[in-house]
Amino acid sequence: MMNIINGLLRFRRGPWEMLATILIALGVIMLMQPFAIGLYTYSFIVTLVGTVMFIIVSHFPE
Amino acid sequence: MTLSPMETAAAKTPDGLAKRIRGFSDRTIAWIFVAPTIFLLLAVNIFPLIWTIRLSFTNFRVNRPNNDVEWVGLRNYERILTDPDVWNTMQATAHFLIWTITLQVLIGFTLAYLINKKFKGNDMWTTIIVFPMMLSPAVVGNFWTFLYQPQIGLFNYVVAFFTGADPASFSMIGDVHLAPWAIVIADTWMWTPFVMLICLAGLRSIPDSIYEAAECDRASKWRQFWTITIPMALPFLMLAVLFRGIENFKMFDLVVQLTGGGPGNTTTLTSIDLKREAFEKWRTGYSSAYAVILFVTVFGLASIYVKALNKVKER
Repeated sequence: MMNIINGLLRFRRGPWEMLATILIALGVIMLMQPFAIGLYTYSFIVTLVGTVMFIIVSHFPE
Repeated sequence: MTLSPMETAAAKTPDGLAKRIRGFSDRTIAWIFVAPTIFLLLAVNIFPLIWTIRLSFTNFRVNRPNNDVEWVGLRNYERILTDPDVWNTMQATAHFLIWTITLQVLIGFTLAYLINKKFKGNDMWTTIIVFPMMLSPAVVGNFWTFLYQPQIGLFNYVVAFFTGADPASFSMIGDVHLAPWAIVIADTWMWTPFVMLICLAGLRSIPDSIYEAAECDRASKWRQFWTITIPMALPFLMLAVLFRGIENFKMFDLVVQLTGGGPGNTTTLTSIDLKREAFEKWRTGYSSAYAVILFVTVFGLASIYVKALNKVKER
Protein backbone atom coordinates (compact mmCIF):
# COMPACT_ATOMS: atom_id res chain seq x y z
CA MET A 1 0.00 0.00 0.00
CA MET A 2 2.86 2.37 0.94
CA ASN A 3 4.52 1.58 -2.41
CA ILE A 4 1.40 2.68 -4.29
CA ILE A 5 1.11 5.91 -2.27
CA ASN A 6 4.82 6.63 -2.80
CA GLY A 7 4.43 5.97 -6.56
CA LEU A 8 1.48 8.36 -6.71
CA LEU A 9 3.40 11.06 -4.84
CA ARG A 10 6.44 10.64 -7.08
CA PHE A 11 4.28 10.67 -10.26
CA ARG A 12 5.25 7.15 -11.36
CA ARG A 13 3.34 5.62 -14.27
CA GLY A 14 2.30 2.27 -12.69
CA PRO A 15 0.17 3.48 -9.74
CA TRP A 16 -1.33 6.38 -11.69
CA GLU A 17 -2.30 4.07 -14.57
CA MET A 18 -3.88 1.73 -12.04
CA LEU A 19 -5.91 4.62 -10.60
CA ALA A 20 -7.02 5.71 -14.09
CA THR A 21 -7.95 2.11 -14.96
CA ILE A 22 -10.06 1.82 -11.80
CA LEU A 23 -11.86 5.07 -12.65
CA ILE A 24 -12.61 3.95 -16.25
CA ALA A 25 -13.87 0.54 -15.10
CA LEU A 26 -15.96 2.17 -12.36
CA GLY A 27 -17.42 4.66 -14.88
CA VAL A 28 -18.40 1.90 -17.33
CA ILE A 29 -20.00 -0.18 -14.55
CA MET A 30 -21.91 2.92 -13.36
CA LEU A 31 -23.06 3.58 -16.94
CA MET A 32 -24.49 0.12 -17.49
CA GLN A 33 -25.69 -0.96 -14.03
CA PRO A 34 -29.44 -1.40 -13.58
CA PHE A 35 -29.68 -0.35 -9.90
CA ALA A 36 -29.48 3.45 -9.43
CA ILE A 37 -30.03 6.23 -11.95
CA GLY A 38 -27.88 8.51 -9.78
CA LEU A 39 -24.85 6.34 -10.49
CA TYR A 40 -25.71 6.43 -14.20
CA THR A 41 -25.85 10.25 -14.11
CA TYR A 42 -22.29 10.54 -12.78
CA SER A 43 -20.88 7.68 -14.89
CA PHE A 44 -19.73 9.83 -17.81
CA ILE A 45 -17.72 12.30 -15.74
CA VAL A 46 -15.98 9.39 -13.94
CA THR A 47 -15.12 7.67 -17.25
CA LEU A 48 -13.97 10.96 -18.80
CA VAL A 49 -11.69 11.79 -15.86
CA GLY A 50 -10.27 8.24 -15.97
CA THR A 51 -9.68 8.34 -19.73
CA VAL A 52 -8.02 11.76 -19.74
CA MET A 53 -5.94 10.74 -16.73
CA PHE A 54 -4.91 7.54 -18.54
CA ILE A 55 -3.72 9.50 -21.59
CA ILE A 56 -1.71 11.92 -19.42
CA VAL A 57 -0.15 9.41 -17.00
CA SER A 58 0.91 7.02 -19.79
CA HIS A 59 3.65 9.65 -20.46
CA PHE A 60 4.93 9.53 -16.87
CA PRO A 61 8.28 7.78 -16.19
CA GLU A 62 8.19 4.10 -15.14
CA MET B 1 22.82 -4.55 -70.17
CA THR B 2 19.26 -4.93 -68.86
CA LEU B 3 17.84 -2.29 -66.52
CA SER B 4 15.82 -3.12 -63.42
CA PRO B 5 12.19 -1.84 -63.34
CA MET B 6 13.28 0.84 -60.83
CA GLU B 7 16.09 2.02 -63.11
CA THR B 8 13.73 2.01 -66.11
CA ALA B 9 11.25 4.18 -64.21
CA ALA B 10 14.06 6.51 -63.10
CA ALA B 11 15.31 6.83 -66.69
CA LYS B 12 11.80 7.78 -67.86
CA THR B 13 11.40 10.56 -65.25
CA PRO B 14 11.59 13.97 -67.01
CA ASP B 15 14.89 15.77 -66.40
CA GLY B 16 13.37 18.79 -64.66
CA LEU B 17 11.40 16.67 -62.18
CA ALA B 18 14.34 14.34 -61.56
CA LYS B 19 16.58 17.31 -60.68
CA ARG B 20 13.99 18.70 -58.29
CA ILE B 21 13.53 15.35 -56.52
CA ARG B 22 17.30 14.88 -56.20
CA GLY B 23 17.37 18.15 -54.27
CA PHE B 24 14.95 16.86 -51.57
CA SER B 25 16.24 15.60 -48.25
CA ASP B 26 15.22 12.10 -47.01
CA ARG B 27 13.01 13.77 -44.43
CA THR B 28 11.13 15.76 -47.10
CA ILE B 29 10.62 12.66 -49.24
CA ALA B 30 9.32 10.80 -46.17
CA TRP B 31 6.85 13.63 -45.51
CA ILE B 32 5.70 13.57 -49.15
CA PHE B 33 4.84 9.88 -48.79
CA VAL B 34 3.16 10.24 -45.38
CA ALA B 35 1.26 13.49 -46.10
CA PRO B 36 -1.69 11.94 -48.03
CA THR B 37 -2.35 9.48 -45.18
CA ILE B 38 -2.12 12.21 -42.55
CA PHE B 39 -4.43 14.42 -44.60
CA LEU B 40 -6.96 11.59 -44.98
CA LEU B 41 -6.82 10.79 -41.25
CA LEU B 42 -7.37 14.43 -40.36
CA ALA B 43 -10.23 14.79 -42.84
CA VAL B 44 -12.00 11.52 -42.08
CA ASN B 45 -11.31 10.97 -38.35
CA ILE B 46 -10.00 13.98 -36.48
CA PHE B 47 -12.05 16.77 -38.05
CA PRO B 48 -15.44 14.97 -37.65
CA LEU B 49 -14.53 14.14 -34.04
CA ILE B 50 -13.74 17.76 -33.18
CA TRP B 51 -16.84 18.93 -35.08
CA THR B 52 -19.03 16.42 -33.18
CA ILE B 53 -17.66 17.63 -29.83
CA ARG B 54 -18.42 21.22 -30.86
CA LEU B 55 -21.97 20.34 -32.00
CA SER B 56 -22.64 18.48 -28.74
CA PHE B 57 -22.70 21.86 -26.93
CA THR B 58 -25.31 23.34 -29.31
CA ASN B 59 -28.99 22.83 -30.22
CA PHE B 60 -28.14 22.40 -33.91
CA ARG B 61 -30.61 20.44 -36.05
CA VAL B 62 -29.34 19.30 -39.41
CA ASN B 63 -32.85 19.38 -40.94
CA ARG B 64 -33.15 23.10 -40.02
CA PRO B 65 -29.86 24.52 -41.27
CA ASN B 66 -31.19 28.09 -41.45
CA ASN B 67 -32.19 28.25 -37.76
CA ASP B 68 -29.92 30.09 -35.34
CA VAL B 69 -27.57 27.72 -33.54
CA GLU B 70 -27.58 28.34 -29.78
CA TRP B 71 -24.76 27.41 -27.44
CA VAL B 72 -26.50 25.28 -24.76
CA GLY B 73 -23.46 24.31 -22.71
CA LEU B 74 -23.80 20.95 -20.96
CA ARG B 75 -27.61 20.73 -21.35
CA ASN B 76 -27.47 17.91 -23.94
CA TYR B 77 -25.20 15.84 -21.68
CA GLU B 78 -27.44 16.57 -18.70
CA ARG B 79 -30.53 15.38 -20.61
CA ILE B 80 -28.91 12.15 -21.78
CA LEU B 81 -27.48 11.32 -18.37
CA THR B 82 -30.78 11.81 -16.55
CA ASP B 83 -33.03 10.12 -19.13
CA PRO B 84 -34.34 6.71 -17.89
CA ASP B 85 -34.94 5.58 -21.52
CA VAL B 86 -31.28 6.08 -22.45
CA TRP B 87 -30.34 4.31 -19.21
CA ASN B 88 -32.49 1.32 -20.29
CA THR B 89 -30.73 1.37 -23.66
CA MET B 90 -27.37 1.19 -21.91
CA GLN B 91 -28.58 -1.82 -19.91
CA ALA B 92 -29.81 -3.56 -23.08
CA THR B 93 -26.37 -2.95 -24.62
CA ALA B 94 -24.64 -4.29 -21.50
CA HIS B 95 -26.78 -7.47 -21.60
CA PHE B 96 -26.00 -7.94 -25.29
CA LEU B 97 -22.26 -7.28 -24.82
CA ILE B 98 -21.73 -9.49 -21.78
CA TRP B 99 -23.61 -12.51 -23.12
CA THR B 100 -22.37 -12.38 -26.72
CA ILE B 101 -18.73 -12.06 -25.64
CA THR B 102 -19.03 -14.79 -23.00
CA LEU B 103 -20.74 -17.25 -25.35
CA GLN B 104 -18.53 -16.45 -28.34
CA VAL B 105 -15.32 -16.88 -26.36
CA LEU B 106 -16.44 -20.12 -24.71
CA ILE B 107 -17.84 -21.74 -27.87
CA GLY B 108 -15.15 -20.26 -30.13
CA PHE B 109 -12.31 -21.53 -27.97
CA THR B 110 -13.90 -24.97 -27.63
CA LEU B 111 -14.33 -25.24 -31.41
CA ALA B 112 -10.74 -24.07 -32.00
CA TYR B 113 -9.47 -26.63 -29.48
CA LEU B 114 -11.37 -29.43 -31.26
CA ILE B 115 -10.42 -28.28 -34.78
CA ASN B 116 -6.78 -28.06 -33.70
CA LYS B 117 -6.74 -31.84 -33.15
CA LYS B 118 -5.62 -33.73 -36.23
CA PHE B 119 -8.54 -35.64 -37.73
CA LYS B 120 -9.94 -36.53 -41.16
CA GLY B 121 -12.02 -33.74 -42.74
CA ASN B 122 -10.44 -31.09 -40.51
CA ASP B 123 -10.25 -28.48 -43.30
CA MET B 124 -13.79 -29.17 -44.50
CA TRP B 125 -15.19 -28.64 -40.97
CA THR B 126 -13.22 -25.40 -40.60
CA THR B 127 -14.76 -24.08 -43.84
CA ILE B 128 -18.28 -25.11 -42.78
CA ILE B 129 -17.90 -23.49 -39.34
CA VAL B 130 -16.50 -20.26 -40.80
CA PHE B 131 -19.39 -19.94 -43.28
CA PRO B 132 -21.77 -17.76 -41.13
CA MET B 133 -19.08 -15.11 -40.73
CA MET B 134 -18.93 -14.59 -44.50
CA LEU B 135 -22.60 -13.60 -44.72
CA SER B 136 -23.87 -10.05 -44.58
CA PRO B 137 -25.34 -9.09 -41.17
CA ALA B 138 -28.51 -7.90 -42.92
CA VAL B 139 -28.95 -11.34 -44.53
CA VAL B 140 -28.29 -13.09 -41.22
CA GLY B 141 -30.84 -10.84 -39.47
CA ASN B 142 -33.38 -11.55 -42.17
CA PHE B 143 -33.14 -15.31 -42.16
CA TRP B 144 -33.04 -15.53 -38.34
CA THR B 145 -36.41 -13.72 -38.35
CA PHE B 146 -37.70 -16.68 -40.39
CA LEU B 147 -36.02 -19.18 -38.07
CA TYR B 148 -37.70 -17.48 -35.09
CA GLN B 149 -41.20 -17.52 -36.65
CA PRO B 150 -43.52 -19.22 -34.11
CA GLN B 151 -45.52 -21.10 -36.78
CA ILE B 152 -42.92 -22.09 -39.38
CA GLY B 153 -39.58 -21.29 -37.72
CA LEU B 154 -37.08 -24.11 -37.35
CA PHE B 155 -35.76 -22.67 -34.06
CA ASN B 156 -39.10 -23.07 -32.28
CA TYR B 157 -39.40 -26.68 -33.50
CA VAL B 158 -35.89 -27.53 -32.27
CA VAL B 159 -36.68 -26.03 -28.84
CA ALA B 160 -40.03 -27.87 -28.85
CA PHE B 161 -38.26 -31.14 -29.66
CA PHE B 162 -35.98 -30.83 -26.63
CA THR B 163 -38.44 -29.29 -24.14
CA GLY B 164 -41.77 -30.70 -25.26
CA ALA B 165 -43.30 -27.19 -25.40
CA ASP B 166 -45.72 -26.21 -28.15
CA PRO B 167 -43.67 -24.51 -30.95
CA ALA B 168 -46.35 -21.85 -31.44
CA SER B 169 -46.53 -21.07 -27.71
CA PHE B 170 -43.57 -18.66 -27.71
CA SER B 171 -42.16 -16.01 -30.02
CA MET B 172 -38.47 -15.25 -29.70
CA ILE B 173 -38.68 -11.80 -31.29
CA GLY B 174 -42.14 -10.88 -30.04
CA ASP B 175 -41.64 -11.54 -26.33
CA VAL B 176 -40.03 -8.85 -24.16
CA HIS B 177 -38.14 -11.47 -22.11
CA LEU B 178 -36.96 -13.57 -25.07
CA ALA B 179 -36.10 -10.86 -27.63
CA PRO B 180 -32.80 -9.84 -25.91
CA TRP B 181 -31.77 -13.51 -26.08
CA ALA B 182 -32.84 -13.77 -29.72
CA ILE B 183 -30.27 -11.14 -30.75
CA VAL B 184 -27.61 -12.75 -28.53
CA ILE B 185 -28.15 -16.14 -30.22
CA ALA B 186 -28.07 -14.72 -33.76
CA ASP B 187 -24.91 -12.68 -33.09
CA THR B 188 -23.23 -15.66 -31.39
CA TRP B 189 -24.08 -17.88 -34.36
CA MET B 190 -22.61 -15.36 -36.76
CA TRP B 191 -19.44 -14.27 -34.96
CA THR B 192 -18.29 -17.35 -33.00
CA PRO B 193 -16.28 -18.51 -36.08
CA PHE B 194 -14.31 -15.26 -35.95
CA VAL B 195 -13.30 -15.93 -32.33
CA MET B 196 -12.58 -19.53 -33.29
CA LEU B 197 -10.18 -18.44 -36.05
CA ILE B 198 -8.25 -16.13 -33.70
CA CYS B 199 -8.07 -18.86 -31.03
CA LEU B 200 -6.98 -21.38 -33.66
CA ALA B 201 -4.10 -19.09 -34.65
CA GLY B 202 -3.14 -18.92 -30.97
CA LEU B 203 -3.31 -22.67 -30.46
CA ARG B 204 -1.29 -23.38 -33.62
CA SER B 205 1.42 -20.97 -32.45
CA ILE B 206 2.18 -23.16 -29.39
CA PRO B 207 5.23 -25.32 -30.19
CA ASP B 208 4.75 -29.10 -29.85
CA SER B 209 8.04 -29.30 -27.94
CA ILE B 210 6.40 -27.69 -24.88
CA TYR B 211 3.73 -30.41 -24.77
CA GLU B 212 6.41 -33.07 -25.31
CA ALA B 213 8.40 -31.68 -22.36
CA ALA B 214 5.22 -31.72 -20.26
CA GLU B 215 4.58 -35.33 -21.29
CA CYS B 216 8.13 -36.24 -20.17
CA ASP B 217 7.34 -34.63 -16.80
CA ARG B 218 4.17 -36.77 -16.67
CA ALA B 219 1.85 -33.77 -16.62
CA SER B 220 -1.79 -34.78 -17.12
CA LYS B 221 -3.81 -33.46 -20.11
CA TRP B 222 -5.83 -31.31 -17.70
CA ARG B 223 -2.64 -29.83 -16.24
CA GLN B 224 -1.22 -29.21 -19.74
CA PHE B 225 -4.41 -27.42 -20.71
CA TRP B 226 -4.35 -25.04 -17.72
CA THR B 227 -0.59 -24.41 -17.56
CA ILE B 228 0.37 -24.42 -21.26
CA THR B 229 -2.63 -24.04 -23.58
CA ILE B 230 -4.60 -21.34 -21.74
CA PRO B 231 -1.64 -19.03 -20.79
CA MET B 232 -0.14 -19.23 -24.29
CA ALA B 233 -3.45 -18.66 -26.06
CA LEU B 234 -4.49 -15.87 -23.65
CA PRO B 235 -3.19 -12.90 -25.74
CA PHE B 236 -5.19 -14.20 -28.70
CA LEU B 237 -8.29 -14.68 -26.55
CA MET B 238 -7.94 -11.14 -25.23
CA LEU B 239 -7.56 -9.82 -28.78
CA ALA B 240 -10.77 -11.62 -29.76
CA VAL B 241 -12.60 -10.10 -26.77
CA LEU B 242 -11.31 -6.62 -27.72
CA PHE B 243 -12.44 -6.94 -31.34
CA ARG B 244 -15.84 -8.38 -30.49
CA GLY B 245 -16.36 -5.93 -27.61
CA ILE B 246 -15.80 -2.88 -29.80
CA GLU B 247 -17.80 -4.34 -32.70
CA ASN B 248 -20.75 -5.33 -30.51
CA PHE B 249 -20.78 -1.99 -28.72
CA LYS B 250 -21.69 -0.44 -32.07
CA MET B 251 -23.86 -3.33 -33.28
CA PHE B 252 -26.61 -2.02 -35.55
CA ASP B 253 -27.48 -3.83 -38.79
CA LEU B 254 -28.14 -7.34 -37.46
CA VAL B 255 -30.38 -6.14 -34.62
CA VAL B 256 -32.29 -3.64 -36.78
CA GLN B 257 -33.02 -6.36 -39.30
CA LEU B 258 -33.95 -8.91 -36.64
CA THR B 259 -36.07 -7.00 -34.13
CA GLY B 260 -35.93 -3.33 -35.18
CA GLY B 261 -35.18 -2.53 -31.53
CA GLY B 262 -38.46 -4.04 -30.27
CA PRO B 263 -40.67 -5.24 -28.76
CA GLY B 264 -40.98 -1.88 -27.03
CA ASN B 265 -37.40 -0.81 -26.45
CA THR B 266 -36.10 -4.12 -25.13
CA THR B 267 -33.54 -4.63 -27.91
CA THR B 268 -32.84 -0.97 -28.65
CA LEU B 269 -29.06 -0.85 -28.37
CA THR B 270 -27.21 2.44 -28.04
CA SER B 271 -26.27 2.58 -31.74
CA ILE B 272 -29.92 2.14 -32.77
CA ASP B 273 -31.07 4.79 -30.29
CA LEU B 274 -28.33 7.13 -31.50
CA LYS B 275 -29.36 6.66 -35.13
CA ARG B 276 -33.01 7.43 -34.23
CA GLU B 277 -32.04 10.61 -32.39
CA ALA B 278 -29.72 11.75 -35.20
CA PHE B 279 -31.60 10.77 -38.35
CA GLU B 280 -35.25 10.29 -37.38
CA LYS B 281 -35.74 13.00 -34.74
CA TRP B 282 -32.96 15.15 -36.26
CA ARG B 283 -31.64 16.24 -32.86
CA THR B 284 -28.08 16.67 -34.10
CA GLY B 285 -26.68 18.48 -31.03
CA TYR B 286 -28.22 15.97 -28.64
CA SER B 287 -27.08 12.96 -30.70
CA SER B 288 -23.57 14.44 -30.94
CA ALA B 289 -23.41 14.51 -27.13
CA TYR B 290 -24.69 10.92 -27.12
CA ALA B 291 -21.95 9.92 -29.60
CA VAL B 292 -19.28 11.64 -27.48
CA ILE B 293 -20.40 9.69 -24.38
CA LEU B 294 -20.17 6.40 -26.29
CA PHE B 295 -16.82 7.38 -27.80
CA VAL B 296 -15.27 8.18 -24.41
CA THR B 297 -16.59 4.89 -22.99
CA VAL B 298 -15.20 2.76 -25.84
CA PHE B 299 -11.92 4.71 -25.91
CA GLY B 300 -11.44 4.29 -22.15
CA LEU B 301 -12.20 0.58 -22.28
CA ALA B 302 -9.95 0.03 -25.30
CA SER B 303 -7.09 1.89 -23.55
CA ILE B 304 -7.11 -0.32 -20.47
CA TYR B 305 -7.61 -3.38 -22.60
CA VAL B 306 -4.61 -2.65 -24.83
CA LYS B 307 -2.53 -2.07 -21.70
CA ALA B 308 -3.62 -5.45 -20.30
CA LEU B 309 -2.89 -7.10 -23.64
CA ASN B 310 0.65 -5.68 -23.70
CA LYS B 311 1.25 -6.93 -20.16
CA VAL B 312 0.13 -10.45 -21.10
CA LYS B 313 2.37 -10.41 -24.19
CA GLU B 314 5.39 -9.28 -22.11
CA ARG B 315 5.11 -12.32 -19.81
